[in-house]
Amino acid sequence: MFPREAHRAVFRTPENLEFSLVLAGPAIRFLAWLIDLLVIAAAASLASKILAALSLFSQDLAAAALTLAYFGMSVGYGIAMEWYYAGQTLGKRLLRLRVLDAQGLRLRGYQVVIRNLFRFLDMLPACYLVGGTACLLSDKCQRLGDMAAGTIVVRNPDPGKPDLEKVVAGKFNSFRNYRHLGARLRQQVGPVEAGIAFQALLRRDEVDDAERIELFRRLKEHFAAKIPFPPEATEGLPDEQYVRNVVDILFR
Amino acid sequence: MILDLERFVASEQPQWRELESILARLEAEPGATLDLRGTLRFHHLYQKTGADLAKVAGQSAAPQLRRYLESLVSRAYAEIHENRDKRVRLPVRAFFRTTFPRAFRRHLGAFWLSLIITLAGGGAGAALVRWDPDAKSVLLPFEHLLGSPKERVAREESSATGIAQRPKTYFSSYLMTNNIRVSILTLVSGFAWGLGPIVLLFYNGVVLGAVGYDYIAAGQARFLAGWLLPHGSFEIPAILIAGQAGFLLGAQLLAGSRRGGIRKRLRAAAPDAAVLVGGICAMLVWAGVIEAFFSQYHYPILPYWIKISFGCLELAALVLYLGWAGRNDGNAAASAKGIVTAAAEPARVR
Repeated sequence: MFPREAHRAVFRTPENLEFSLVLAGPAIRFLAWLIDLLVIAAAASLASKILAALSLFSQDLAAAALTLAYFGMSVGYGIAMEWYYAGQTLGKRLLRLRVLDAQGLRLRGYQVVIRNLFRFLDMLPACYLVGGTACLLSDKCQRLGDMAAGTIVVRNPDPGKPDLEKVVAGKFNSFRNYRHLGARLRQQVGPVEAGIAFQALLRRDEVDDAERIELFRRLKEHFAAKIPFPPEATEGLPDEQYVRNVVDILFR
Repeated sequence: MILDLERFVASEQPQWRELESILARLEAEPGATLDLRGTLRFHHLYQKTGADLAKVAGQSAAPQLRRYLESLVSRAYAEIHENRDKRVRLPVRAFFRTTFPRAFRRHLGAFWLSLIITLAGGGAGAALVRWDPDAKSVLLPFEHLLGSPKERVAREESSATGIAQRPKTYFSSYLMTNNIRVSILTLVSGFAWGLGPIVLLFYNGVVLGAVGYDYIAAGQARFLAGWLLPHGSFEIPAILIAGQAGFLLGAQLLAGSRRGGIRKRLRAAAPDAAVLVGGICAMLVWAGVIEAFFSQYHYPILPYWIKISFGCLELAALVLYLGWAGRNDGNAAASAKGIVTAAAEPARVR
């Protein structure tokens, strides 16, 4: 019932600390590239207007400057931005993506250069088909440039906390009387399941009535199978309220 | 583990914020350093946050908090465990004095392979044009090379003044960008197990061989040398070095799982490939300027002996530079090695 968690790169440090980072898939990376493409197009358009002034002196010089400027922007944009902003272009910044060393270390200049030059290969034959396919097949979502440079692209987390008040405020929770079961529930339920239940409550009005009833029925069955609460706590309790109680226990 | 999340966050958050502010400073200022006390504090906060991460790792209710702590720990890990040289600014002078020629010499075998393939292509191109002069129309990509060499030389020499007045800056910029693009493509195509550079270098050789044979057979060797040597003495080696860099990457794939696996070998080879690209770009910028502003001037404006001598001097200087530059610079050797050095104790990645 529950989808697999997104691809993650898991690192274990010499101090035996373990941390994982969510890898960015080809779709969101493509979107970031589209944003960068727009930025380059806008910059090129601006440059052409500024450099047009040079044609007052020499048309030859203006054409040369424009050729060099466009080439410099199209090849150098990614290199300069990722170098300066520690692995982020404007597109990646907007979509909260970041390029990292594949071993979790600091991104190096040569890695930025190599991964950006490989765009020539990754974008073949069109729209990053080679790179996108490599990304789909790679266990670390790497395009060829990432493989050559030893880099990965991760999604930066949003450190905000869920707004519980929106979904559980002011409601009586019959499960709270069973503290030992609540503790076991927290142990048994994983972050993905908890997140789905929370999102289901938060976005309950976005789905049809019949679909909502079915969704909460299945969620209730799932949680009830994990930790069954006694009948006196669940008697007459609608499925949605059951899930609300579970979320209250999990998140508070 | 059962955790009172609210109390946990309230008690630990000040330390996370402190770690975050240190990281923000270190990341924003590449030259920033910490004194001994600051370093000890930074390390303590890293370990503390790592321990906090371990506490929330199994908590279903804290996916966002876990991601936040993972982000902090990963950033701190990158700062603490990185032992490669932290470069504050581009070492341009050291790059040209030592880094580039040293990287070139480290992979000399790949360069000879590039040269051999280009020569083989050259031989094939010359042979094809000799046996079938009509093959020129198929082999040569430029229209002005398809006609009779004698007629072209006569035309160029008679309209020398007109050529001198033609705009050249745009032509120069076009040559630079086009050649750099081809070189990058030659390099990255090395990722196809080295097959890409073989095809591109061989084709390049075929074109050169066909043109060379055509002009020499027509008795125009002097024009050919005067035309090609001034810019070709940098342009052709640059393409060969691009092939060298491509073979360097391709060789890592061909070696399969030997010597630590493909990823580890690519990690070791990529710095030199990037250095070679930097050198290639500089060479092609020079070649573009010379081709537009010098090579296109023919007799009687520029006598052929001047152009040929200039080209030979350039080639000799390039050979001396690539062969000997930075040989005796001990400090630079350590610096150049530092670029390649991988972390001594990297994280194990699953």
